[in-house]
Amino acid sequence: MSNLLFLIPAALFLGGLGLAAFIWSLKSGQYDDLDGAAERILHEDDDAGDDGR
Amino acid sequence: MGCCPADAAVALAGGDLSPEAAARARRAAELDAALRETRPGVALLQLIAPGMKCGGCVASLERGLKAVPGVLSARANLTAKRLTVELDPKKARALDVADAAEKLGFETWPLEAADAADAAEKRETRDLLMRVGVAGFATMNVMLLSVSVWSGADGVTRDLMHWISGLIAVPAVAYAGRPFFASAAASLKARRLNMDCPISLAIILATLISLSEVLRSGPEAYFDAAIMLTFLLLVGRYLDRLMRARARSAASALARLQPRGATVLTADGPTWRPLEEIAPGAAVLVAPGERVAVDGEVVEGASDVDCALVTGETTPEAVAPGATVRAGALNLSGALTLRATAVGEQSSLGEIQRLMAEAESRKSRVARLADQAARIYAPVIHLVGLATFLWWLSAGADWRTAAFTAIAVLIITCPCALGLAAPMAQATAAGALFRRGVMLKDGAALERLALVDRVVFDKTGTLTAGRPVLRRPDDLHAAAAAAALAARSRHPLAAALAAWAQGAGLAIPRAEQVAERPGFGVEGLVDGAPAKLGRAAWVGAAEDAAAEEATAVWLRLGEAAPVAFLFDDAPRADAAETIAALRGDGLSVEILSGDRAGPVAALARRLGVESWRAGATPEEKIAHVAALSQAGGKVLMVGDGVNDAPALAAASVSMAPAAGADVGRAAADMVFFGEALAPVAEARATAVRTRRIILQNFAIAGGYNLIAVPLAMMGYASPLVAAVAMSTSSLLVVANALRLQAAPTQPAPSALAEAPA
Repeated sequence: MSNLLFLIPAALFLGGLGLAAFIWSLKSGQYDDLDGAAERILHEDDDAGDDGR
Repeated sequence: MGCCPADAAVALAGGDLSPEAAARARRAAELDAALRETRPGVALLQLIAPGMKCGGCVASLERGLKAVPGVLSARANLTAKRLTVELDPKKARALDVADAAEKLGFETWPLEAADAADAAEKRETRDLLMRVGVAGFATMNVMLLSVSVWSGADGVTRDLMHWISGLIAVPAVAYAGRPFFASAAASLKARRLNMDCPISLAIILATLISLSEVLRSGPEAYFDAAIMLTFLLLVGRYLDRLMRARARSAASALARLQPRGATVLTADGPTWRPLEEIAPGAAVLVAPGERVAVDGEVVEGASDVDCALVTGETTPEAVAPGATVRAGALNLSGALTLRATAVGEQSSLGEIQRLMAEAESRKSRVARLADQAARIYAPVIHLVGLATFLWWLSAGADWRTAAFTAIAVLIITCPCALGLAAPMAQATAAGALFRRGVMLKDGAALERLALVDRVVFDKTGTLTAGRPVLRRPDDLHAAAAAAALAARSRHPLAAALAAWAQGAGLAIPRAEQVAERPGFGVEGLVDGAPAKLGRAAWVGAAEDAAAEEATAVWLRLGEAAPVAFLFDDAPRADAAETIAALRGDGLSVEILSGDRAGPVAALARRLGVESWRAGATPEEKIAHVAALSQAGGKVLMVGDGVNDAPALAAASVSMAPAAGADVGRAAADMVFFGEALAPVAEARATAVRTRRIILQNFAIAGGYNLIAVPLAMMGYASPLVAAVAMSTSSLLVVANALRLQAAPTQPAPSALAEAPA
């Protein structure tokens, strides 16, 4: 029982972290161009230090 | 050519303003209007580049645009086919960016900054994705807690798990389930039952009964079922939306291909004005190669106009001062000055739009498959729930147990698979069609297409490629002489003649002093002999019977008798096969054209279509389609022109080629790209398969209920059973829908064509 008190918050925290990461990726436009992102990796770019938006 | 009246008009209008320079100035103005200043010294330009097809295009565009001086950043979005460019307005102009893109081989159109509908659309899609994410998070955590309850937790531990599940699930359901609740409420207000009614009921009841269980420390809580139901259904909803958003962004890219304005002659010279600002009586300049934007009367100039998109006629018409020209016609050879006679709602285009709106309002909406299923399904499960409640009460159980079991029945008959069945299949089919060059505006069109029993084709530009092709001439010497003159003209018939001669490898003689006479033809000296190529009357020939079926151009070389060259509007390469395929599918095919009877009859014979009608006006086309529908027929209308638009709107379902008029594309449910007609047959085949898969999915979902409902009625529907039944039936339905991804036939050539990287 006492280890539950530790495990449940830990599980919720990790899940929450995942949710936060998802919300961040959504807000920063990671899902705006799904086709382009898949193709982009195949092309060597001179200016690799692109802002990555 | 200062003698030409059209040239005089342009000279009068603005010094040495050539048509090219006028077009360029107009383009610069359009592009500058789309610039939006985001911070001091930085302006944002959004462009649509429909030609973008692969990662290579993205890389070359971004690199090429960044190299333009004054451009700060360039980003290409392949999904939306858009370019976002930040530039320094002091160092670069929007036109520089568009020019750079053009040099790389991409045509671009500015995206208006104030595209509010577009922004709202994007926000809603994101909002839905957020709900999917929240529901997914909650499902995972609640499931984790549920697993420990199922594996034997009891007493205080179980209560703790239930409490935490409830704390996660209740707010998550309230937030993530809102799209369903809102849609169900709207449908109930309209006194109808849609799919969202049983869905909302199941979600809300599952949550409420679980809350009451937790409050009295009961053993069974359905929080996991409630949140999982919400999550899976949201995924279906999101897929549906993604499909429509994708089609819409491609449609908006197409809608901007045609400029909505014209060059107007004002006191300060010619300026480009949007259509809304042009008043009747204004003098409008139309350069050769430009589309006429308003209805008008020719004041100055002579030319040939191509009315294929407006009336379906293939033969260009000669116009001179006094003639009327309708909006949508293409000016071919000479510059024209028009006096606008009608604009906006009074114009012929406005009349077409009025007919379209009328057709839309009269069209009976066929209920969607999922809603049809819901109309049968919802009352049945609600009755079964009620029967369970009464049965348990009569068997001596207390009302609480009876209610609990009845609600368990409602949860286990989860409409989850039903809610996923249609959108998943339609989204997959739409994706498969998109890759083969057919753009679908919404899933309901696929359902209607599957039920069609008759196909009505327009001729010009739909069954035919809309480009004249020369019939093999007998006199090759004359053909070579004609080609020498034709090579100097931009008229499509001349271009076809020159192209044929080049393809046939004729030795083309030298032509000198060639001059184009807009509205008549071309004349000059061929090998020293005076030669005229053009209309029969101008050349001095009598029209003969052959010209009834084809378009003719005449050549008079020296003093010899005039020679005719005949042009056919050749059918698309696979038109005959496509019509055969549709026939083999049990559909009847007919041609409904605005062109003259001769060419229509010739084409119908060539394609083996018995039923055809020529000379149909837009009103007659819409009346014909309406009469067919009234007689109980389900009509697929395929057409490209302005004159087809009302009939497209009136038909049960409609398709338009992407190269057609924009009103036609807007009215059609589906738009297909490329030179082939095969997408029509492919779309039909896919629609039939989609319908079959949706019905199979309903059967799978129903089959589950046959096993699960008796169990639930007897009180064995534990939360574990509910969770397993729900997820397996959903997985089966999704897997079945994914079968649509496999191509039924060979992909169309258009889909295989890759853009130059």
